[in-house]
Amino acid sequence: MFDLFLQNWQTYLSGFGYTILCSAIALIASFILGTVFALLEITETKWIRFLAKTYIEIFRNIPLLVITLFFYLVIPTYFMKISGFTAGTIGLSLYTSAFIAETIRAGISAVGDGQMEGARSNGMTYLQAMRYVILPQAFHYALPAMGNQWISLIKNSSVLAFVAGFDLMYSADTVAFSTYHVIPAYVITGCFYLILTLPLNFYTKHLERRA
Amino acid sequence: MWQAYSWINLDFILKGFLVTIEVSVISIILSFLIGAVLGTLRFSKIPVLTPIIAVVVDLVRNLPLLLMIFFTYFGLPELGIKIGSFGAAVLALVIFESAMISEIVRGGIKAIDPGQMEGARSNGMSFFQAMIYVVLPQALYHMIPALLSQFVSLVKDTSLATIILLPDLLYRAQIVYSQNPAYTIPMYILISILYFIICFTLSQLANRISKRYA
Repeated sequence: MFDLFLQNWQTYLSGFGYTILCSAIALIASFILGTVFALLEITETKWIRFLAKTYIEIFRNIPLLVITLFFYLVIPTYFMKISGFTAGTIGLSLYTSAFIAETIRAGISAVGDGQMEGARSNGMTYLQAMRYVILPQAFHYALPAMGNQWISLIKNSSVLAFVAGFDLMYSADTVAFSTYHVIPAYVITGCFYLILTLPLNFYTKHLERRA
Repeated sequence: MWQAYSWINLDFILKGFLVTIEVSVISIILSFLIGAVLGTLRFSKIPVLTPIIAVVVDLVRNLPLLLMIFFTYFGLPELGIKIGSFGAAVLALVIFESAMISEIVRGGIKAIDPGQMEGARSNGMSFFQAMIYVVLPQALYHMIPALLSQFVSLVKDTSLATIILLPDLLYRAQIVYSQNPAYTIPMYILISILYFIICFTLSQLANRISKRYA
């Protein structure tokens, strides 16, 4: 197994790099989108709430693979050429943002109503109060749940293999079917995923215990 | 666009829908049973066994399901075990989801007041009797929302088995639009709606129940 790794380390490392890159982009994008949709979901205006809710429910209840393949096949035919990596990252970001929105919304509702009232009565606007008082606390409450979402995100980035995204899973297939050492090829891949997910897992469990 | 929804295509897709449901139901039942046992054993603190289960569960939870699907479909035949795409899909789903469910079950048992166990034990029940008749029923009741959300992920995850040629919803949709690329969008809309119906129903049920507890 070690020999197999030594012979194919370049394939693995490039896949590992793409997986990290895709996860990092999707993590940031889904965090921003998730925050925006969480805020839209709690506005006073009914139709905005409805739109946000619809977005969240659609992306939460359709398989990531279906979303990703849709972007991979439909955008190039009707809009512009995009690579499998781009399509996969877009799909992963949108899919994860729906889950992040739900955790942030739960975090916001964990912050007491008095916080908003206090901030508003001190002369802050709604957005200022959100930005400086509510959201920092909400993120704190949402952190353990978000950690679990980030673990899922890293694992889910493996759908890039379906759309030729050159990620870790894609390299695993390349190695497995060019050398025919299928089991060792996948075991090595598993180790690479664990390098990313296990530290996050322990950190999340640590946060959960503290909470 | 509407030609995509001819009766022949719909019939073909619906057969895939049945495969998706079949894989989902079998995997839900098996992973629930195995997950409940693993969760209970992990809570029971049996020397040697509990730490082993803890390590295996943590490893499985932190690996992509796709890796397990590849492993069961392409890896197991190397060891002389041939189970086909249906078997490989179910096996991978059950391994992955029972690890996830065991964590939910363990959390649920932990949330039950230790007094329940003590009371049952002092009434002469053994640890496992107290677990089965007193603690687990209460724990399961409170776990229903979390379990339902996990089942939603499971249903969505069955689509990954398309890669090992399981003739499910997504796979059959791909066959239809590979014959006529104009059908791509209609097919994705159709299967998205079908997946959405199952998953949305389950997740709304989970929301309802968790609101009733609150």
